[in-house]
Amino acid sequence: MAVVTTERGPPVRTASQAAFFYRPEVRQAIYQIVTVVALVALFYILVTNTAANLRRQNIASGFGFIDRTAGFDVSQHLIAYDNTMTYGRAFLVGLLNTLLVAALGIAFATAVGFLVGISRLSRNWLVARLATVYVEVIRNVPLLLQLFFWYFAVLKSLPVPRQSYALPAGGFLNVRGLYLPAPVPEAGFEMVALAVLIGIVASLVLRVVANRRQMLTGQRLPVLWLSLALIVVVPLGLFIVLGKPLSFDYPELKGFNFQGGMVLQPEFTALLLGLSIYTASFIAEIVRAGIQGVPKGQKEAALAIGLSNGQTLRLVVIPQAMRIIIPPLTSQYLNLIKNSSLAVAIGYPDLVSVWSGTVLNQTGQAVEVILVTMCVFLSISLVTSGFMNWFNKHMALVER
Amino acid sequence: MNPILKAALAGAAGLVVTAGVAAAQTKTLDTVKQRGSLSCGVNVGLAGFSQPDDKGNWTGLDVDYCKAIAAAVLGDATKVKYVPTTAKERFTALQSGEIDVLVRNTTWTIARDSSLGLIFAGVNYYDGQGFMVKASLGVKSAKELNGATVCVQTGTTTELNLADYFKSNNMTYKPVVFEKLDETVQAYLAGRCDVYTTDQSGLYSIRVQQPKPEDHLVLPEIISKEPLGPSVRQGDDQWLTIVKWVHFALLDAEEAGVTQANVDQMASSTNPDIKRLLGKEGELGKGIGLDNDFVAKVVKAVGNYGEIFERNVGSGSRLKIARGLNNLWNKGGIQYAPPMR
Repeated sequence: MAVVTTERGPPVRTASQAAFFYRPEVRQAIYQIVTVVALVALFYILVTNTAANLRRQNIASGFGFIDRTAGFDVSQHLIAYDNTMTYGRAFLVGLLNTLLVAALGIAFATAVGFLVGISRLSRNWLVARLATVYVEVIRNVPLLLQLFFWYFAVLKSLPVPRQSYALPAGGFLNVRGLYLPAPVPEAGFEMVALAVLIGIVASLVLRVVANRRQMLTGQRLPVLWLSLALIVVVPLGLFIVLGKPLSFDYPELKGFNFQGGMVLQPEFTALLLGLSIYTASFIAEIVRAGIQGVPKGQKEAALAIGLSNGQTLRLVVIPQAMRIIIPPLTSQYLNLIKNSSLAVAIGYPDLVSVWSGTVLNQTGQAVEVILVTMCVFLSISLVTSGFMNWFNKHMALVER
Repeated sequence: MNPILKAALAGAAGLVVTAGVAAAQTKTLDTVKQRGSLSCGVNVGLAGFSQPDDKGNWTGLDVDYCKAIAAAVLGDATKVKYVPTTAKERFTALQSGEIDVLVRNTTWTIARDSSLGLIFAGVNYYDGQGFMVKASLGVKSAKELNGATVCVQTGTTTELNLADYFKSNNMTYKPVVFEKLDETVQAYLAGRCDVYTTDQSGLYSIRVQQPKPEDHLVLPEIISKEPLGPSVRQGDDQWLTIVKWVHFALLDAEEAGVTQANVDQMASSTNPDIKRLLGKEGELGKGIGLDNDFVAKVVKAVGNYGEIFERNVGSGSRLKIARGLNNLWNKGGIQYAPPMR
């Protein structure tokens, strides 16, 4: 076989059908095409085969059931819901409950995690050891067991409604949950709310102004006190001037349960506690790793130019540690969101309990319901991860 | 195309397609005979209906139905693989072919007969939904439950009946819904709920398991019809007929007075009804793909319906449930089987 050298470089075989397939670019293209075709074919077969099997077994399919009346009740709903509404509405109720516990869980887990992570590095022996014990105990016990512990330990130690613990200011604590007086805004209260909002915006502006001023003159305004005055004192004054336009709806024992007021249900509380405390133990380790990843010289330099310990941590160490912390932190957030589906074990009406529990059973349409559930969790996770990636880019070290 | 890849792809595609077709065409009876054991979906644990003991032996009314079917089909009541299922998993287990028959105190409804791809073979226990409360609550009737918190298990007809009952009586309630029976009962016992609701047989079953059963009161109201029975997949008439007739045979045996103890003597009876029943006359078993003496094997293994009932949930058990609706039609109940002829 003759080998000729073309202008493009490497020698290629000619006059052979086989040679065509040995060209690297051709082979690459072929493998990619084959993979795509195989994947598409596999999905096509899976979908059509499933549909055909369902049809043959006389199992209902399609999404027509979403508009049908649900006929069951849900104990905790953020939007109006009763058993005359549709399966679609029940889906929303479950979704909102999942989002609620996930959002609050992320907030608490982050706060506790940072606190414990920093405590582990404390020079105070007791604080550092306590933080170590917390991390090692919590992250090494399965989450499901912890949820059962929180739920049943809490349930078993609290009294029945008729023997509730009375709390100050008209609250009650019993096995059915924590009952608190519910604030009922009256005419004029929106003014107070508006004042708080303006106060928050004004103090944000103040911070920018103060920073600029410090850059120029080196003088620092008492930002904290001014912000506090703007957000708390001014609205409070307005509240008193307007004649306290707020009343409270107090919980009252009527029949079996307390009626009125606000209630924090034990299922929700146990799930939130379990998720936050568990995830916080992982976040603590991430935070510790992040802080220890900042070169020692940075801290020494900061102390050398006269920053206090707190300022060193806040202005020098944490911002650099964040670059190391954020990517694994994102994974922990995603874990927390997915772990919230364990709610079903302790009776919290989340998406998995309401939608892929009750709705799946009443309709029998497992394929559709599970598919939707997976898509929802995927979407929530992708949105969270997208946001965290944006945040990471924002926090990344800007090289000058 | 790469020949290896091509072969693999064709193989994979073929596998998926044939798997689907194979499941459709094989008859359940042949599958069970080939496998040599019956795969029977039961409750994970409900005293009187299906419960494993500390040695892993299953007992209960539903379990005896599994044994009866195995005795009829395979001639050996021990050749059963028990598959414990939760309320949520049970239908999927049957649809997917993981189990051959579902005998798991499951209520027969039109929705389940029409949209789940399964079909009920009969009613082995006529039940109704009831309420259980702590005696200390002082409640004597379900009509006094306005505002109560109710513990209920997900994936059941119970959840829907509950909503209907409170609505039609203009009462409100708060549901707390769990996936597993254990957690539901635990929450009720811990006082999270005032009321625990399920089929009355289930309430009695939970009640006797408590250290002090008298602390719990089953309210007199029955708020629904709950005919519980075995179900099979649609599209296999032969298998449906077998399960159906094992049930009828148990009833006919009781009606004819054939018991576990006397089935051997009865075989030599001159009564034509009993001769047909025990396969001494006619070809009744063969017609549905079984041996002619399948009823004799069944009764020898588990006794007749009355014996199964008394042993598991009736006077011979801790539950002490009266026969009531579950008595034979000629003794004041509604259990009635077509004749064996």
